[in-house]
Amino acid sequence: MTATATPAVGRTTERAGGGALAGTGVLLRFDLRRDRVRVPVWLAALTLGTLWVAAAFPQLYPTAAERQAAAATMNSPAGLAFTGPAHYLSDYYYGSMLSHQMLGFMVIMVGIMSVLMVARHTRTEEETGRAELVRAAVVGRHAQLAAALILTVAVNIALALLLTLSLGSLGIGGVTWAGSLLYGAAHAAAGITFAGVAAVTVQITEHSRGASGMGLAVVGAAYLVRAAGDSAGSGLSWASPIGWAQQTFAYLDNHWWPLLLNLAAAAALAALGFALSTRRDLGAGLRAARRGRPEASRALTTPLGFALRLHRGMLIGFAVGMLVLGMSYGPFLADVETKLQSVEVLKEALAQLGGATFVDSFIAMIMTLLAVVAAIYVVIATLRPRSEESSGRAEPVLATGLSRAGWLGSHLAVALVGGPVMILLAGLALAATGAPTVDESGLFWEIIAAAAAYIPALWVTAGLAVALVGWFPRASALAWLVVVYAGVVGYFGTILRFPGWMSNLSPFGHIPRIPVEGFSWTPLLVLTAIAAGLIALGLYGFRRRDLETK
Amino acid sequence: MTTAIAISGLVKTFGSTRALDGLDLTVNTGEVHGFLGPNGAGKSTTIRVLLGILRADSGSVTMLGGDPWADAVALHPRLAYVPGDVELWPGLTGGEAIDLLGRLRGGLDRRRRDELIERFDLDPSKKGRTYSKGNRQKVAIVAALAFEAELLLLDEPTAGLDPLMEVVFQDVIGEAKAAGRTVLLSSHILAQVEKLADRVSIIRLGKIVQSGTLAEMRHLTRTTIEADTAGRVTGLEQLPGVHDAEVGDGRVRFAVDGAHLDGAIRHLSGFGIRALTSHPPTLEELMLRHYGDELAAEHAAEHQGTRQAVRK
Ligand SMILES: Nc1ncnc2c1ncn2[C@@H]1O[C@H](COP(=O)(O)OP(=O)(O)O)[C@@H](O)[C@H]1O
Ligand SMILES: [Mg+2]
Repeated sequence: MTATATPAVGRTTERAGGGALAGTGVLLRFDLRRDRVRVPVWLAALTLGTLWVAAAFPQLYPTAAERQAAAATMNSPAGLAFTGPAHYLSDYYYGSMLSHQMLGFMVIMVGIMSVLMVARHTRTEEETGRAELVRAAVVGRHAQLAAALILTVAVNIALALLLTLSLGSLGIGGVTWAGSLLYGAAHAAAGITFAGVAAVTVQITEHSRGASGMGLAVVGAAYLVRAAGDSAGSGLSWASPIGWAQQTFAYLDNHWWPLLLNLAAAAALAALGFALSTRRDLGAGLRAARRGRPEASRALTTPLGFALRLHRGMLIGFAVGMLVLGMSYGPFLADVETKLQSVEVLKEALAQLGGATFVDSFIAMIMTLLAVVAAIYVVIATLRPRSEESSGRAEPVLATGLSRAGWLGSHLAVALVGGPVMILLAGLALAATGAPTVDESGLFWEIIAAAAAYIPALWVTAGLAVALVGWFPRASALAWLVVVYAGVVGYFGTILRFPGWMSNLSPFGHIPRIPVEGFSWTPLLVLTAIAAGLIALGLYGFRRRDLETK
Repeated sequence: MTTAIAISGLVKTFGSTRALDGLDLTVNTGEVHGFLGPNGAGKSTTIRVLLGILRADSGSVTMLGGDPWADAVALHPRLAYVPGDVELWPGLTGGEAIDLLGRLRGGLDRRRRDELIERFDLDPSKKGRTYSKGNRQKVAIVAALAFEAELLLLDEPTAGLDPLMEVVFQDVIGEAKAAGRTVLLSSHILAQVEKLADRVSIIRLGKIVQSGTLAEMRHLTRTTIEADTAGRVTGLEQLPGVHDAEVGDGRVRFAVDGAHLDGAIRHLSGFGIRALTSHPPTLEELMLRHYGDELAAEHAAEHQGTRQAVRK
């Protein structure tokens, strides 16, 4: 692959004829070639995911009464925070249902795709030095960013077409062709806005990881802003590119003009990106690299201190994120209690749950999602030694007096302690901001207990990841399946009413849903034992295999 | 203990690639041992087996009296390693990386560290991501030499250094040798090993093809002689061991096998030598003698391969 990775830019000399954009076409074809697997996978996953949900709606809610009940369930600050603006509920048919429940969530995915794609073809290239090779050939200053943006825009448009054609031809009630066209376009417009965001963030730091991290943080912030706006019914949703996409009310009112905001923002951001790129050197960031200590502190040179240092940025970033997430849901607890009690249908459902309050089930639901976010951290942290290994940085360390088990174990220790810290921080933030507003004694500690109950599932996640690192290092990214599966079951399980066995496949499905369910030791102890077994297995495997070398 | 490293019949495969194919290597305590071979010959693989990073498929390996795989943790504090391709942590400074590697090994000599940083002209407060290849290499060299290791395993340690720094490096290795340390120095840069090594082993396709002192090896090969003489040299071609003779008026040039050097010079002196230069074979010639034809054939094949890959 690498032998063929440098495009034959020289050939375009005559055709391109100089200028800052010279060679864009060649680079574009080259980028497309490098993404020939990635792009189809993204497009297929996003389209099929949407189709799956859309096709399930008529079976789940066959009657008008059931759709009415679904709308009533959604009509709470919490429900709206998870989905979209309340106006969709005014005529809750399959189309508006799809737009309401799926658009916000899917646009996050499209945003992630767009940010990663732009970062990959610009900053990553510079970081590895390949850009230098390309730029030394006759390629204009702006060609690399231009090619990356054109590619990303094209992929977003392709997604829009796929969604339109596939949804339109489903023939489901309320899923009209006009609505489908706008529904697809809303995805693309939001994705293009986030590509613009990435065009700016890749100029700021020298590191592609930092650049995509900043871009993804903007995607997350856009979601939180619209969640806050939609749940309060305030105009705050208009401050978010994801909000704009949802304000089209595809399948309901079919307004096209909010997407103009997306496109205008995208154009402005891209222009800013191009302007910033002229103010820095190739390979450099706008933020100059700082100098550091010429000598190591005592703490750094112990195995655990060293691991902590490598994990520090991610630990702090996630900890702040978990606090923000917990705090952003806390204020809803009081709302849930007051507003939901009045909904007739829910009272029945509640009776079936056997004495649980709305607040309790809301907490249990939030906690599932917080646990999935904590699991993302656990997987990142547990796979960190793997990236140390494949980048060649583990080799000199393992040639010192540090044993393999000691090295891998110190990274694992960070994951095993860090994961629980994350879920507890989120629980604490939720409890501190939510419990005092609700008239239910002991709720604070119940929330903490609900959070703590997920710790064994996080350990199993770490165990699976380390077992993969120990035995199947090339396949260690499969650890992400645990998170994806838990996320899909956690998010869609409620919308699509999955059967019980599906959640039992995930370690997260065995955690008692406190405070709806009571605390129970058995599953927690069993999961902890499984985690211990997997960890022992992983360490054993790692000690007896070849280190992968560059 | 007089052998620092004893390897016999070492085999290591990666899938269908036989990286080491029955390798035998002996490194005596206190010597600088040159480990020579072209790219892909198996030098790094051998060193990684010695570090316990890779596990041997078969063969016996003893290093500093222990088993490099089973006793890795016990052996490592006694040795230092400079990888061929040094990767540093982007967020750690060079100084931090040096201290980290040194202390994880069990301590480093502060004065020696500072002295080496000075000699290699390294800025220890820059972040890893801002170092050039040569500077990353310097970080690894300083980390390896800043403590008293019994054994230095150096895998093409000067690949990225400029000539000035290479001189510093040779001085430093010379000092290590004087202090009685054992050095295994791998390289495909022949001149460097020539200056430092007591003995060399030449590896090719995972096997040692030749091993011994440079003097022994030179004995086995031809020396080139150029001489100005008073009269025209005759009868040179008939002498045993003389090859490629070019005889001019008062000037002669020929190659002679090590064993027949004496006879050739005797014969020459009969014609009144005015000036004489002799070129001992370089290691390059040693290697080319050994498998020059195969090398040439392989190069051609490789080039073909690349061209095909590009066309695909
Ligand atoms: N991890 C690996 N996986 C597969 N093949 C490898 C690996 N490491 C080395 N090789 C192969 O083994 C042979 C010897 O490689 P190496 O020891 O790196 O050679 P040298 O250091 O002498 O250049 C080469 O053909 C190389 O491609
Ligand atoms: Mg090598």
